[in-house]
Amino acid sequence: MTETASTTTTAGQGVGESARRPDAVLKVTGEFAYASDLWLDGMVWGVTLRSPHPSAWIRSIDVGPALKIDGVLAVLTHEDVPGVKFFGLDRRDQPVLAIDQVRYQGEPVALVAADHPETARRAAAAIVVDYEVRAAVTDPRQATDVVRHQPVRRGDTFEAEVVVTGEYEVGMQDQAFLGPESGLAVPAEDGGVDLYIATQWLHVDRDQLAPCLGLPHDKVRLTLSGVGGAFGAREDLSMQVHACMLALRLNRPVKIVYGREESFFGHVHRHPALMRYEHGATRDGRLVYVKADILLDGGAYCSSSPAVVGNAASLGVGPYEVPNVRVDATGVYTNNPPCGAMRGFGAVQACYAYESQMDRLAEACGLSPVEIRVRNAVSQGSRLITGQLIDAPAPLAGMLRDLESMPLPEGPPATDLRALPGGVSQTTRGEAVRRGVGYGVGIKNICFSEGFDDYSTARVRAELVGGEPHVTVHTAAAEVGQGLVTLQAQIARTELGIANVTVATADTAVGSAGSSSASRQSYVTGGAVRAACEAVRKRFDGLPAREALERFGPIEETREYRHRPTYPMDPVTGQGDSHTQLALCVHRAVVDVDVELGLVKVVELAAVQDVGRVLNPQALEGQIHGGSAQGLGLALMEEIQVRDGLVLNPSFTDYLIPTILDMPPMQTKILENPDPAAPYGLRGAGEPPTLSSTPAIAAAVRAATGLRLTRVPIRPEDIALFNNGEVSDGKRT
Amino acid sequence: MDFLRPTTWEEALAAKADRPEAVPIQGGTDVMVELNFDVRRPAALLDLGQVAELRAWGMVGGFCRVGAGVPYTTIIEELGGPLPGLAQASRTVGSPQIRNRGSVGGNLGAASPAGDSHPPLLAADAVVEVESRDRGVRMVPATAFYLGVKRSALEPDELIRAVHVRPATGPQYFSKVGTRNAMVIAVCSFAIALHPGERRVGTGLGSAAPTPRRAYEAEELLARELDWQAPLDPALLRRFGELCAAAAAPIDDVRGTAAYRVHAIGVMARRTLTWAWNDHLGRRAA
Repeated sequence: MTETASTTTTAGQGVGESARRPDAVLKVTGEFAYASDLWLDGMVWGVTLRSPHPSAWIRSIDVGPALKIDGVLAVLTHEDVPGVKFFGLDRRDQPVLAIDQVRYQGEPVALVAADHPETARRAAAAIVVDYEVRAAVTDPRQATDVVRHQPVRRGDTFEAEVVVTGEYEVGMQDQAFLGPESGLAVPAEDGGVDLYIATQWLHVDRDQLAPCLGLPHDKVRLTLSGVGGAFGAREDLSMQVHACMLALRLNRPVKIVYGREESFFGHVHRHPALMRYEHGATRDGRLVYVKADILLDGGAYCSSSPAVVGNAASLGVGPYEVPNVRVDATGVYTNNPPCGAMRGFGAVQACYAYESQMDRLAEACGLSPVEIRVRNAVSQGSRLITGQLIDAPAPLAGMLRDLESMPLPEGPPATDLRALPGGVSQTTRGEAVRRGVGYGVGIKNICFSEGFDDYSTARVRAELVGGEPHVTVHTAAAEVGQGLVTLQAQIARTELGIANVTVATADTAVGSAGSSSASRQSYVTGGAVRAACEAVRKRFDGLPAREALERFGPIEETREYRHRPTYPMDPVTGQGDSHTQLALCVHRAVVDVDVELGLVKVVELAAVQDVGRVLNPQALEGQIHGGSAQGLGLALMEEIQVRDGLVLNPSFTDYLIPTILDMPPMQTKILENPDPAAPYGLRGAGEPPTLSSTPAIAAAVRAATGLRLTRVPIRPEDIALFNNGEVSDGKRT
Repeated sequence: MDFLRPTTWEEALAAKADRPEAVPIQGGTDVMVELNFDVRRPAALLDLGQVAELRAWGMVGGFCRVGAGVPYTTIIEELGGPLPGLAQASRTVGSPQIRNRGSVGGNLGAASPAGDSHPPLLAADAVVEVESRDRGVRMVPATAFYLGVKRSALEPDELIRAVHVRPATGPQYFSKVGTRNAMVIAVCSFAIALHPGERRVGTGLGSAAPTPRRAYEAEELLARELDWQAPLDPALLRRFGELCAAAAAPIDDVRGTAAYRVHAIGVMARRTLTWAWNDHLGRRAA
């Protein structure tokens, strides 16, 4: 049903090499089977009825009109949930289907199954829900229901020669994956259900699903289907329980696939943030203290907000040595769309603010943006504001110097319209174009933090197939496009010296691999695959693979791999060794801004990242380019606009993500300072570029315009109307 | 939903006359999006894709007659000379795939204020050829075609057959503001066409009012005060920009604010007139 990862290759395909992706040609030619392509004879279609209101009581639900429609097989409400009626990653606070009230626009209220998706949609529209609309809490500053408040306290000196303050805002970004939420639930003869699903973490899906279905875990089996991107948006459940409920009720396979608009309501987003920072420093630019208030809008349900708040707090001042700190990170419930995991996970919002502050401090101290950062940079042996020792290499100052010494692109600007702000839309032929350069630095925790038991499981089997040594690697780790299937095969080839490797489809028949998030799978599942391979190799008894397998027959080993333990943050002081690994990325952005129209062309992004050890150069560069592009999107265009709790732009017509003409060429320098605690010395690489590209671009636009620009994404009117002397929330420097 | 597939223009007119509620579909780049998003559910679709003549263009009576189904790609590749403003606007439409299927006829049929074809058609005094089985052909000037947001002068039994545009006799420019550098719907747009023989300048505003519209007062200002032999007077240029901006009556929406749109129309008006004027003087000197 889901075709993955069968590779037969020879030399040049081990760890450290740009091994070919088994899905590359299929994806480029459009033949790859995504979850939305799932099909089974006799299957029927499920559709979700969602709330049009951000906050309302439900007086009644009349499913009668829907049931009268020809072809409709079932209409279900919360009363039909067979087991526990709530789910949630951190807290079970989210109803499978709304019970007596709705708390956000798009909350699922009822389910329909029909023999045709269009029939199901019409039937859903025929359900009569009597809502009593009530006041919605949509301003996080007015919210009283706190998900988590995490302080960090260090030192007691909060006076300095130079003080800069600023208030910053980050809009609601969407993961904008291209493959919408989709899955196929197939009832099984044993009374259980098999679910084929695009997700990030099969086992935690099952942990939430099974109780809702009233089934034991072993009767709920999940198999990964083709995933069209994730970026955090598949960490929470979407249609999993719904499809299984319908399948069990009807005893027929049920497919649910969201459309693009529904997808915007079907997953969590990045938390919007309101932040107030105060930095104090000596006249020569050494940080004395940082005070920060970070307010994150978690929306209607908990999702992963507690962990997002933890990251915003522990990483809230960035990779700088700060002796005195008062950070307060708070996540609140509102009636806005629920927010949760997205690439960068709480570290992105703070990074935009603290880097904006570092630029202001540089200006106040008469230093360059690079110099102020170098003077305060952490290094191996420094401590985070949580007191945690950075015990692995962290050569930030050198990375900044490397970045600064990279050649700047020529300019400004060419006569080719595509190289100018506005592109072929021909808004300028050079008029009012100003160039700016900006820097950004980010620090991201890799793997799960704060005491989470974070592990992965791998089963590796070596055997002779047609007389040739062959390896099968089986994990539950979700390939979401990042290249994990390729990497698992590379590790097996290198560890066992066997070229022929098959990576089995991920499913729950093997132990948990943890989530494909927090940049952790190369580390944790990579570690598990290596450990299982080592165990298999040990049983070769020193013989070459072929001889060993001829003599001993098939050899199979399963191993769990855990990274070093982490510990909770103290609830009052925030102190504690909460992270296991930290990763750094630095960006330089060069932009051309049409200061009269407020349009921006990013001319170049340059990045230096320390990845510990390069496992697949091509895949790694892809991660750095992609992360940088997602950060560019947040800087300049990506925002879910929400007014009074209602989403205004749930489409790719109006939720803009960067195109090839927005994303510039990149210069990258990749460092390999190994982390002795990690497999192969590697350092997770997927998220850090997403942090630092946003503030670098914002800084470059400030440099070009002379405006303060305290909000991302930066809108054309933030620049143009200020320059025009009209209203704007951009403040003059 | 019925799917009507005429193969000739006469069959198409007959189908539209018999089923006036049928929604014509050409490239599908607009209609299909509306169907996918459940914005409308027409009782019938009238597919014009089999009517080959709609995808042809030619010279008729001194006008360039562009069939309603001529895709943007063809306009870019073949009509950049006679219709530079329309070709520039076509270049800004969507992605290459969209430009391969989307057409000016479809743009006119949708009559969205944000449609990219409209400003250059207005600036160049285009005339829309529409036809019905029972009442024959009507030639509707672009200025009379747009009646409201997504409303046009097209009667329920009529189809758009072609658009007639006189080949450029002077420089033309199209300029469009979007929040990203490609594949974007206009926040607002502006077109200019110099008609040196008539000592006249045409304008077109997009996404700046309920309908695409001309900036008549700005055009009149130039007709009155522009010295066609001389460099552009900076004061006149500024007043032209102000009058173009004053012709806008935009709204705040997810793509931008009304204040920004007014401002941007003024900027684009000044810039495009400057480019056109430089070309005009350059041509005279050459």
